[in-house]
Amino acid sequence: MMKFRFRRQGTDPQRERIKQELFAFNKTVGHGFPHQPSALAFDPKLQLMAIGTKSGAIKIYGAPGVEFTGIHGDATAVTQIHFLPGQGRLLSLLDDNTIHLWELVAGPSREVGGAKKEGVVTLKHVDSYSLPGRPGIESCSATRVTVLLLLKSCDLLCIGTEGGGVYFLELPRLSLKENQTLLQEPITQRLPDDYRCGKSLGPVESLQEHPQQPGKILIGYSRGLVVLWDLGAGRVEQLFLGKQQLESLVWERSGNLFVSSHNDGGYSVWAVTSGNACSPQPVSSTIPYGPFPCKAINKILWRTSQSGSPVLLYSGGMPRASYGDRHCLTVQQDKEHVTLDFTSRVIDFFTVHSIKPEKEFDDPSALVVLLEEELVVIDLQTPGWPSLPTPYLAPLHSSAITCSCHIANVPPKLWERLINAGKAQRGRQQTHMSWPICGGKNLAPPPKQQELLLTGHEDGTVRFWDASGVALTPLYKLGTANVFHTDCDDPHDPGDDPDLQQEEEWPPFRKVGCFDPYSDDPRLGIQKMSLCKYSNKLMVAGTAGQVIVLGFNDERSDHSVDVSVVDLLQDREGFTWKGHSRLEPRLKPAPFPPGFQPLVLVQCLPPASVTAVALHTEWNLIAFGTSHGFGLFDYHRRNSVLARCTLHPNDSLAMEGPLSRVKSLKKSLRQSFRRIRKSRVSGKKRVITTPTSKVQEANAALAEQEEVAPVQRRIEPRSADDSLSGVVRCLCFADTFLRDGTHHGPTLWAGTNSGSVYAYALEVPGVGSGRACERGGASESSSCVEAVLGKEIQLMHRAPVVSICVLDGRGKPLPDPYEASQDLAIAPDMTNAHSVLIASEEQLKVFSLPKVSAKTKFKLTAHEGCRVRKVALVLFSSAAQEDYNEHTLVCLTNLGDMHLFNIPALRPQVRYDCIRKEDISGIASCVFSKNGQGFYLISPSEYERFSLSAKVLTEPLCSVQLDRPLELTISRDGTTMQPQANGTHKTQMGQAEGQTLEPPSSLSSPILDTPLDSPLSCADLTLDSTGELTVEDVRDFLTTVDEVENNLKNMKEEEGRSPGILIN
Amino acid sequence: MSFDQHVFCFVQFEAEYRRFGLKRNGSGGFQEFYRLLQTIHHIHGVDVLLGYADIHGDLLPINNDENFYKAVSSANPLLRIIITKREDEPVVYGTNSLQRRKKGLGLTGLRTTGSGTIHSKSKSGLMIGPPQNFRQISSIIDVDILPETHRRVRLHKHGTKKPLGFYIRDGVSVRVTPQGVEKVPGVFISRLVRGGLAESTGLLAVNDEILEVNGIDVAGKSLDQVTDMMVANSHNLIVTVKPANQRNNVVHRESKNFMGNSGSVGSAGSTGSVLSHESPSPASQSNPITASSSIAEGDSEDEDDDGDIILENDCPTAYNPHLVTKRNSVKLNGESSCSGPHPSAVGRPLPQSMSLPSSIGASLGYSSNTMSGHNGSLASSSQDSMKDDGTELTL
Repeated sequence: MMKFRFRRQGTDPQRERIKQELFAFNKTVGHGFPHQPSALAFDPKLQLMAIGTKSGAIKIYGAPGVEFTGIHGDATAVTQIHFLPGQGRLLSLLDDNTIHLWELVAGPSREVGGAKKEGVVTLKHVDSYSLPGRPGIESCSATRVTVLLLLKSCDLLCIGTEGGGVYFLELPRLSLKENQTLLQEPITQRLPDDYRCGKSLGPVESLQEHPQQPGKILIGYSRGLVVLWDLGAGRVEQLFLGKQQLESLVWERSGNLFVSSHNDGGYSVWAVTSGNACSPQPVSSTIPYGPFPCKAINKILWRTSQSGSPVLLYSGGMPRASYGDRHCLTVQQDKEHVTLDFTSRVIDFFTVHSIKPEKEFDDPSALVVLLEEELVVIDLQTPGWPSLPTPYLAPLHSSAITCSCHIANVPPKLWERLINAGKAQRGRQQTHMSWPICGGKNLAPPPKQQELLLTGHEDGTVRFWDASGVALTPLYKLGTANVFHTDCDDPHDPGDDPDLQQEEEWPPFRKVGCFDPYSDDPRLGIQKMSLCKYSNKLMVAGTAGQVIVLGFNDERSDHSVDVSVVDLLQDREGFTWKGHSRLEPRLKPAPFPPGFQPLVLVQCLPPASVTAVALHTEWNLIAFGTSHGFGLFDYHRRNSVLARCTLHPNDSLAMEGPLSRVKSLKKSLRQSFRRIRKSRVSGKKRVITTPTSKVQEANAALAEQEEVAPVQRRIEPRSADDSLSGVVRCLCFADTFLRDGTHHGPTLWAGTNSGSVYAYALEVPGVGSGRACERGGASESSSCVEAVLGKEIQLMHRAPVVSICVLDGRGKPLPDPYEASQDLAIAPDMTNAHSVLIASEEQLKVFSLPKVSAKTKFKLTAHEGCRVRKVALVLFSSAAQEDYNEHTLVCLTNLGDMHLFNIPALRPQVRYDCIRKEDISGIASCVFSKNGQGFYLISPSEYERFSLSAKVLTEPLCSVQLDRPLELTISRDGTTMQPQANGTHKTQMGQAEGQTLEPPSSLSSPILDTPLDSPLSCADLTLDSTGELTVEDVRDFLTTVDEVENNLKNMKEEEGRSPGILIN
Repeated sequence: MSFDQHVFCFVQFEAEYRRFGLKRNGSGGFQEFYRLLQTIHHIHGVDVLLGYADIHGDLLPINNDENFYKAVSSANPLLRIIITKREDEPVVYGTNSLQRRKKGLGLTGLRTTGSGTIHSKSKSGLMIGPPQNFRQISSIIDVDILPETHRRVRLHKHGTKKPLGFYIRDGVSVRVTPQGVEKVPGVFISRLVRGGLAESTGLLAVNDEILEVNGIDVAGKSLDQVTDMMVANSHNLIVTVKPANQRNNVVHRESKNFMGNSGSVGSAGSTGSVLSHESPSPASQSNPITASSSIAEGDSEDEDDDGDIILENDCPTAYNPHLVTKRNSVKLNGESSCSGPHPSAVGRPLPQSMSLPSSIGASLGYSSNTMSGHNGSLASSSQDSMKDDGTELTL
């Protein structure tokens, strides 16, 4: 042990170099839907869409695979985003009243997968600006920005404020044009007396530029007044005396009309006629869902079309009493009228339409709606306005994710069949339209192998995602609810079905989107999954102890599922299950669509949640464990082989149903009360944000902390009669030597929460070594699988066993079923002695086989004070040498860091900080791929993808053809951000695409400027961006209520924190 | 003969061995047993000391009715008894005493010359050392290398049910640094559990600051991390504390240059603790005390203590839960395992029930003929050897 510790400290330069070639930590890309989106923008020229979030992140999406991410230094909500069309620049307005300028910039070429890629572009923060408060006015609310308008010329930004003033900012320098500021006084003077009635006009609600005459803008004030203002002349062109509270304005393409939407749920059409200085009445005024009081129409769009009548799109406006709680968006054209009914709040929407000035009509082709939980795209060209499947931004959390599983290197055959099954599922909603947001160019090399990410959900579905590239796209969805009798017998997703339209109803609602967080039966939830990619068998296990084995079938099939019940208690006396009852299986044959179809259902008794599964398709065996014991089932012969109770006789708590419900309820009640109290405190203080109040706030928060009694921790060694000691934590099948050193055969290993490991020798007919021959005809006659308890290991420290893995004679993990027999992997070494690696929460330990004696160990908890949460054996390939690779044990601890160990020596290799230690759900959701990548949830809807390998990286690499004058990018303090001459860009572009013609320059830049295999690359990264970007910022997806206190916490933590790591 | 009611005694006196059976709940106390042993070994009139190996391999004394019953009840079913002449050097009881005998020090008679001389010196006057019938539960170690304000305490749990019994909390510690006085976060003992190990030693107190756990600095570690480290090391916990009460510190004696540089505290159960410096116990003497050795020692000790229990289940018996349980060769994986001259290792009850599901039982019986692995044969042979010499005696 001592020697080993010293050796670890010594550095062997040769080994260090190899380590650098093998390991490198990078957070590469986020998958899924951004948590709490708050702003949306679209650049019609570049065909790029930007989404801002409440945590201050900006994500830009173009064609599938084209993604850029930027994070504001302080985690304040992004309230508005505006593109400078075609320039690759965008402006963001934050909740703290600051305006930020971002740029897509290029960098030097870089090596990706052996090929040189140039023209790679990243998003970079350039500058920020905040409006000064007007002197003499104590509160800054007068200059609080309400709306922004970018003129088409892109050199002027108009800022509407709460005080009613309009400010003008020169772009891209972000300098205020002091003399042009338009306050309300000159406008009120021109108003007729009866309209004025002494009141202020209210905040600026909308600013819109005249579509045909540059320099004329429409200013809408909250009270209802709309002014057409000539910027050049600095005078009022026309006044429109609206009487209703204004919500939004939109021009008609010709500029002869504009439409205003109002607070009372109505909209008005106004005519613009030159020479008429004041129009007191709109041309028409409608309340579409009247006559009863309606909610406000928040935003309205008016799009002309070639076919005649314009398309009108507006959000809100629902009758207050009957449908006031719905999140709706109405699309109407002529007689066609659809009220899209969403399951979450509408954040913003835009249409994709023709912007060429020579075209006479808008001709909208698609409507893009950003909702709080998903993105919905409606095809406006196809009759019936069907929704379009999104190739990215998939709502992973349409039902809460309960588990996940990654399958690397999927065979092409299974891949194809999955895609076909998925197509058949989506069959009816297929539209011919291609994805409308198609800006940028994906430079990433096509994935070398197909990767599959499986997510299990609370509603009993398993979703299959294509995780090969940057965009996580849905492939296929499997529902398991139809195996059982449930309240909803056909959980068909209404979003899939456009025919579900109820004709009689007014408004004509149509359910759109697939976000549906309400689970019909929590027992259906998926807890564990295992897929054999060679035999296409899938095993899923759920909350009510159900274990389903499914096989792939390309045809629709009606059959009934074989049901078996396995009693894991084995007639133990004195236990009563107080939890949920088991699911009732469906007895009649049910129709199963093409795809994975259930074959066998095994139900555990008591129906506790399944905690571990293992599948061995070559032996036709499944193993499953719950908090009471584990079972072994032969799904080919449909008989139960083994059931073993792991309960400790003293452990009565495990029997009381879902894990210690009483305790957690009490705890959660206490926590929620605390949260309410805190939110009251912080909520009050959020209103005033002067520096002094901030100090008070901090003091108050500190004082609050003082009140709480100091946290104490009891130092007690683990004892055998801890509750839940019987929970089976891991199961594994292996063909190894359990009985003696000469005969190997199938074995089953199970580890429990109290550090017990059970090893069973299995007799599988037709499988196994010489033992069968020894017994001669005996094995033929007994056609049943048998299990014999071979070994029991009780780890002294009694820590939960996290993982068990058998290593072959060369110290390599055994291959998966079928891999060796079908020559897909190197056959395991059966000549030398095997060993078993048992990872508990506290220690990693390798034991020799068949005589179980400790060979090596690493005591992680005793040395580092952290506990093992997740463990995986990963094959790392060297980035430098083509055929050099190493099997490495990757270990995620409760502190969120990754420890890498070589096997079987268990020598520590590297350590990386990965997940914030407070992010418990992130750590719990982490899943590793076999080639050194991993995923974890950074919010309920988003996976962060990371890579530990220096070679295998999946990250966005994309270029965008930009069109912008490049002479300057000077930041506010005078430092040049990107001192690149025009010419450089041109040549770069030429090299990159080889087909550049019109753009005066295009930019390219890598995501990471440093070589990827340098372990320092993360640290270097921050240097060329703002420097304040930290991991924590990305992951802080906090609710507004908790924001203040969390910011405080961050402030306090700031000192101790090392320079942050930029994600992606 | 049922295993529940009988104890197999395996008695060793110098080079002689005796085996016999003993009724577990037979009447008769220590005196009767003492006479019985004298009879068996034919050593009437020789003044001897009795010791037995407890489940952890520790040599514990039998000198009254109470610990005799304890010894009998702990037998599972084997009770290993070691008899030594009282004229010999005092037997050292306590942790790892059996292993120490096995290691360098050998049987009680053979001791290294260095320690021998010390002993002869001390023997001439007062006998200094831990009281003979006490078992060490804690010790102060590394007194010479630590600053006087710090104390390194080792707690021996002996696998007893007695909890370590203390709580820790976060706090603020004031340190004097070159930059001046600085407040840094620290971990403190917040509470001692009544009757717990920590309290009974008297070496740890509320508000003591914890500086190290098994040689690892806790600075910068969170409360949860420190908790986990302590729990992970609980079977052999060495904590370095800065006592809140600095008046009871061990004072360095400059003139003291012989080996007794560690204080140790012995305690027999709850009878209180005796503080005795300069203990000649081999445990403290054999520690070369350097800064790094505390880790090394911790680790090497771990190797001893950290034996996982492995149960081999491929024995060729017909299914009978009792038989299976008893006949498995149960083996401690550490150094106290059956290496050495002892034919069978120390038995130990398993926390998990070992009864097998009936399906396995059936298959066990079925395959019993073919599956007699070497483990099974070892188990049976050891049992045979237990019987062969057995002058069966009942009290």
